[in-house]
Order: sequence, then C-alpha cells, then structure tokens
Amino acid sequence: MQYQLKINGESRTVDAEPGTPLLWVLRDELQLTGTKFGCGVAYCGACTVHVDGYPTRSCQTFVEDAVETEITTIEGATDKVAEAVQAAWREKDVVQCGWCQSGQIMSAIGLLTENPSPTDADIKEYMYGNACRCVTYVRINEAIKLASQKLEA
Amino acid sequence: MTINVSRRGFLKATAAGTTALLVGVNAKGVLAAGSTASAATDLNPFVKIDADGTVTVIIKHFEMGQGTTTGLTTLVAEELDADWDAVAIDFAPANTERYKNLFFGAQGTGGSTSIANSFMQYREAGAAARDLLVRAAAQKWGVDASSISVENGMLTSGGNSAHFGEFVAIAATLEAIEKPTVKTPDQFKLIGSEKLHRKDNTGKTNGTAMFAMDVNLPGMIYAAIMRSPKFGGTVVSFDDSGAKDVGGFIAAQVLPNKAGVVAFGKNTWAAFQARDALSVEWDFSAAETRSTDAMIADHKAMLDAPQFDVNHEVPLASVAPILADAATTIDAEFDFPFLAHAPLEPENCTIEPTEKGVRVYDGCQFPTFTQPMVAAILELDPSQVEVKTLYAGGSFGRRANATSDYNTEAAMAFAVSGRKVPVKLVWSREDDIKGGYYRPMAAHRAKIGLDADGKIIGWDHRVAVKSIVKGTPMAGMVQNDVDPTSAEGVSESLYNVPNFGIGLSDFQTPVPINWWRSVGHSHTGFVMETLMDMVATQTGQDPIEMRLSMLDGGTANQARMIEAIKLVRDISGWKKGDKRGFASHLSFNTCVAVVADITVEETSVHVNKLFMSVECGVAINPDVIRAQMEGGAGFALSTILRNQITLTDGEVDQYNFPDYELLRNEEMPEIEVAIVPSNNAPTGVGEPGVPPTGPAVANAIFAQTGKRIMDLPMTKAGFDFV
Repeated sequence: MQYQLKINGESRTVDAEPGTPLLWVLRDELQLTGTKFGCGVAYCGACTVHVDGYPTRSCQTFVEDAVETEITTIEGATDKVAEAVQAAWREKDVVQCGWCQSGQIMSAIGLLTENPSPTDADIKEYMYGNACRCVTYVRINEAIKLASQKLEA
Repeated sequence: MTINVSRRGFLKATAAGTTALLVGVNAKGVLAAGSTASAATDLNPFVKIDADGTVTVIIKHFEMGQGTTTGLTTLVAEELDADWDAVAIDFAPANTERYKNLFFGAQGTGGSTSIANSFMQYREAGAAARDLLVRAAAQKWGVDASSISVENGMLTSGGNSAHFGEFVAIAATLEAIEKPTVKTPDQFKLIGSEKLHRKDNTGKTNGTAMFAMDVNLPGMIYAAIMRSPKFGGTVVSFDDSGAKDVGGFIAAQVLPNKAGVVAFGKNTWAAFQARDALSVEWDFSAAETRSTDAMIADHKAMLDAPQFDVNHEVPLASVAPILADAATTIDAEFDFPFLAHAPLEPENCTIEPTEKGVRVYDGCQFPTFTQPMVAAILELDPSQVEVKTLYAGGSFGRRANATSDYNTEAAMAFAVSGRKVPVKLVWSREDDIKGGYYRPMAAHRAKIGLDADGKIIGWDHRVAVKSIVKGTPMAGMVQNDVDPTSAEGVSESLYNVPNFGIGLSDFQTPVPINWWRSVGHSHTGFVMETLMDMVATQTGQDPIEMRLSMLDGGTANQARMIEAIKLVRDISGWKKGDKRGFASHLSFNTCVAVVADITVEETSVHVNKLFMSVECGVAINPDVIRAQMEGGAGFALSTILRNQITLTDGEVDQYNFPDYELLRNEEMPEIEVAIVPSNNAPTGVGEPGVPPTGPAVANAIFAQTGKRIMDLPMTKAGFDFV
C-alpha cells in the first residue's frame, strides 16, 4: 500500500504493509534513523516522535493511522524549544550511549511546550516513560531545568 | 589483583585463538610516521590531520557510552596542543597489531581498561605528531624548531603563524621520533579540565550519530532469527507456511549450525513478523530443561563440596579447625539470578558483500574475535573481513563474548542468503531478554569465625557459579582450574583477613553466560560488603571505622581505598550509629565507596541520596568519571531491586521491559560524586561504580529494618522501591 505522510514539514510517499509501525517506516523506508527501536511495546520511549505536536510512541502507531497527521522526528526538531533542549543537553553532557536520547529529547520538548516551567515532580512524572539503560536521569532532569531557564530568558 | 591475571590471560588467549592475525607484525612500531603509506595525512595510527587543520583521533576502543572517545581524544589533543573544537573522531578498523588493547594483546574493549591501557600510548601519539608538525614548520619557515610554539592548533614563530593543516604534507615525509617527550602533570590544560564537553554530544542529540542499527545499504534485506526456546536446543524441521502470509517476507532458512531458523524480509518489521509466524520443531535432548528453583538448589549443593581451592596458600580444609575454635561464627548464604545486559540498542549486525570479501557493520566490542569468527563461517581469510565499528547503543559487556554470537549469526544468515546483497540481522527486545549471554547465576556461603574479642580468626568462603571463560577461546585466563572472574572480589579482597580460605565450584548449564558490567564483582562485591556489615553489627563496630582498621596493611591499593572511604565519610557527614548504609569495593583497579541514604516504610524503600567517592588515578575527564559513577549506581539499583532472568522447564519467563524493568527517572536518587585527587596512573571507571552500590543500599535497609538481603533481587524478600 502507498501512504502519504507529512514528516518534518515534507510530504513523503511510502510503500508499506498496513499495520506496519510508523517506527519502521521512518527507519527502514525513509532512513530517518534518529528515531530508535528499544522495545517495540511502548515501554521504553526510544521511538518517541511528535504526532500533531504530542510525544507519541512510533512503535505503537500504525502507518495508516499516521496519514493526515503532522509528524516530527528528531531530525525535524528545530523550533525554539527544541533548540533550547538540545543546547541544554550538550551543556550538561547528558548523553552516554545515546540510544534513548532522541526519545528523551522529543519527550522533553513535549513537556516544555506544554509546561515551560516544570517542577522537579512535573519532570519526573512526564519523563517516566522514557527509560535510559545508562541511567542519565540526573542530567536529563538538570538539562530540562536549564532549557526551561533558557526559554524564559 | 584481577587486572594482572586478566592481562596475562588475555595474552595467552589471544596467542591461542588468533595467531594468524599476529603474523606479519610491522616492526616499525605504532608511532612510525607514514606507516600507513597511502594516506599522507596519517601522522601515525592514531592521529590524522586534514589540510584544513582538522585533527581526527583514531579511536581503537568502541564507544558504548562510557566516554572513551572523549577520553582518548583528550589525551591526544593535550599533547598535540590542538584546538579541542577542531578535533574529530573516527573508529579504528580491525587491526590487532596496530590497535590492540595493550592490557589484552587483542583489539577489544572491556574490564574498564580503555583509558588505563591507552594513557601513555595516546599521549605519545599526540606528542609525536606535534613534534612532526613543529619540525615541518621549521623546515617550511626556515626557522629553528625551538623558536616555534604550539597552541590551540596553531604554530607560531616570530611573525609566522599557521594552523596544523599547513604542515601535514611535509610532516608526513619526516621520520617520527621513537620516544616523544610528554607533558608533566603541571603542564596539563585539557587533562583534568572541567570545561571539555563530550565529543559525541552533538550527534547524539540531533539524531545524526550513526549506530550499527542505523545502517541502510542499497538492496539490503533484513533478518530475524527464531532461536530455540530452551538453551541448547537444535532445529529438527520448520514450516514457513505462516510466514508466507506476511507481506514483505522473502524466505526462511535453517542456520548452518541448526541453532535457529532465519527469516528474511524487506524490512525489519517484515522479518520480525515472518519469524514470529514460523513453526519450528526442536530437538531438546542437549538443552537446559531445569527451572530456576532447581538450579538454585543445584548451586547450593555444590557449595557443600567445592571443586577447587581459589587461594592455594590457604586451602579450605585448613580453615575448618580454626573455625572450630571460634568464640562465635557468622554464617550467611547468598544467591544471585541470571541477569540480562539489556543494552537499549538491541543486538544487530549488518554484513555487506565487497570486492575482496565482506564488510561487517557493528558496534564492535572485540574486533580481534569478530573478524576471524566471521571469516571462518564465510570461509574467507580474516583480511577479507573489514570491520566497520559504529556507535553502540549500550553494551555493559553484552557485545563482547568469545563466540561473537550475533556477529556469527549475521554471517550465517548472510551465507544462507546467497551472499549477493547486504543482510542486516536485528534482534528484537524479546530476543535480547530471552537470548542468553547472561550474568551467571551464583551462590555464596560464608562462615566467619570471631574470637572472644570480636576479631576475625578465619573465614570459609564458597562460591558456585558457571565459569565465563572455560570452554571458550579465553580459557587461557584459567589458572589452577580457577576462572579468575568467578571469585574476584573475594579472592582479591583488600581486607586483612587471616586464614581466608575460598572454595569454588563450576556450575554447568547450556545457558550461555557472559561478562556483565563489573563481571564477578557484580555478586562478590555484594557478598563481601554485606558480610563486612554483618561483622560490624556482630562486634558493635562502626562499619567505616572497622573497614579502615582492616585496611592497614600498607599496600598501595589499601592506601587508595582508605582515601576513598575517608572522602565519602566526609562528604556524607557520616556519624557513628548512622542509619545509612555503607559499602566500598575495589574492582578493575579502582576504589569506590558509597553511602546510601534511604527511607523505608514497611517494605517500601526510597533511596534519597547516594554519596560516592572514587579513586581512579589521575582524572582525565572528571565529568565523564562522575557520569560513570551516576550510571553505574543507577544500573546497580534496578538490578538489586527487581531484575532477574528466571527459567521454567528451561524456558525464560521474562520477555521484555515490562517484566525486566529498567530503573525509571523518578526512581533515580540524588547523587553526589567526589573524586579523590590523585597523580596515580588512571584506572577504569565504567564498571567500578556498580559493585558497592547494591550492598550500600542493602546495608541501609538492615540499619533501618534489621532485615538482611541475601537472595537477589530484593523483591524476593518482599521489598519494593518507591
């Protein structure tokens, strides 16, 4: 089946079987490999993208359900909030292996878009679904606070 | 000391397993200028400089997040006086002679050795390149070399000033000096700096960093493997009629070793779906069919009659009469489960046909094993196998094993595919959790004898665990029948303990096991530090004071550990009678001490804060060290709390993160890390944060509840983290 998808502001035509998770369409068909596969059961958040502005697990989003939505992946995360988050991530040297970080960043962008000044509790609650095997959580939370300050400044 | 045993062992293992790779050694030495012949900008095997002045440091280790790329780059940039922002990195190809780990004699990463083995090599590579550039500039400018200064990637002499790139062409024609002068610690600008950021920061925050699973090649097909549900089973027959209904399914084939059936698809999803739709008949005659309870019982039975004495100077039999005279004894028994490494990027490997052979794309932890193993399966010469190392999405030991398991699977899949197109093998998370190569199960039993004054007079310690290295190409590490990784942490304890006998039994199972972050120390550290806490409780001593008193033998590592313990005591404000938990442990030549501050309500444990100190020699990148302590501690927390792989009739009970749950953001405590100032040679930091964290928390639970945690994970004792 052919599907028209709007990804990072561009219209893309893909050939995929119905029921294929958006994750694999992004990675295997469109070579947008910044979105990662971690568990396939929406339990780690490595595959997080934005669908119509909301952090969404692409491993549980069928390609047919992504038609007529606006999809943003890490490659297209370039707005003011995204820039602040990525800059904060670098300043705090958050990353270790890096495999979960696209998903962490997409969730963090979602959080700060909804709530520009989150409390520690807000951050921990919102980021609960993004697992990091290297356990970079202390720095993730510091970076979100820093990004929040950058956006307020 | 573990590290030395390992070094010798690896050399033996390498000699036995990969002799062919070592034939034709280039005798010029690693710092020979222009030794790579064709590439004029390679000043030596570790330093490449472009005409625009960009320095590329060739990284002989792989990067799984531990910060090695940043560390090795720091060493070169320091001696080269390079502009940090103009230094790039590239991973080395498989070339054992040139890029071997100097502690192993093999090209590979592990044992927290990357910085330790490279410390002088990478500095000398930077210093040698700097010297070449200076002499090239002297030649070009017609000035005396001594008039040239180097700073931030620029060479200057009088009115002349230009960047490195201006001189690389001439530099590559000069002969490098054999033993360049390196800086003294007071001259360091980058080593020890708090201002350097990680080299992999940008790519890993904008989605451009290339990991092995990100490889996309023209015409590539995807592979997933149905493996035996019981370890050691083999394929009798299979039916792929269900797979034929999966869109994108290409074909299914039995692997040549009959360990599984590979399904090929047009994309990863099709390969997974087709694989899941296969119906396979298995032969379980050689498979593991026991359940976990029976395996624990079998481990404990082996503790009754240890097979080997680990410490030949104190045979176990000599300890019994001493313990018979003890005023009191402390008796304790521990058991530990299988653990999956669960790197967040599941195992994967791509093999591409090339003109001369194949190219292997992998987050490759041990090229010295991967290259010949893949070559053997494809009946190629190792030189026909190019290994392209990419970022690894975690490993924790999983990507290093003597059988190169998933690399060889990919080679088998490529072989049965017809070898015409690239094949990408991808493991699902279920494959990873159920797929073996676990931290082995282990059981310990200890009987500690105390005299009437509460002094230890003898210690009978027994361990039952499957050997990691026996029966593998790394069997050269075995000494006197003892796999040194089985009881490390007990056998090399820093404490002065008289009459310390250690018995070991090798558990047998077809379940494949492997090194897992901190290896034997992952269980021995927990046992030793729990036992020390029990001795302190029994004798009414402060746990920190007691340890300090047992570290007074005057050895260098005891002195380092004393420094670490005193530092964490100070930053935590520890007081006698403290209801917090303490533990300290030496592993991989690094001393780490931890104070755990927790709150317990009934059986719900909340870890408020961890204080950690580390003595790891000179701190190359202090922030990377802190990050590894934070990560190691967090890695230990989910482990002791709830992680376990259990079997029912030989089949793994867990399937994915819902029942092998990683630590979550809200569960991570506050953490404070202090580094002991040191001018000792650097030692590793990737693993040593793990061993003492678990027992520090367990000792805190005892301090507050009176309950000892001896069977892991803690959920077995009814505890939960909140």
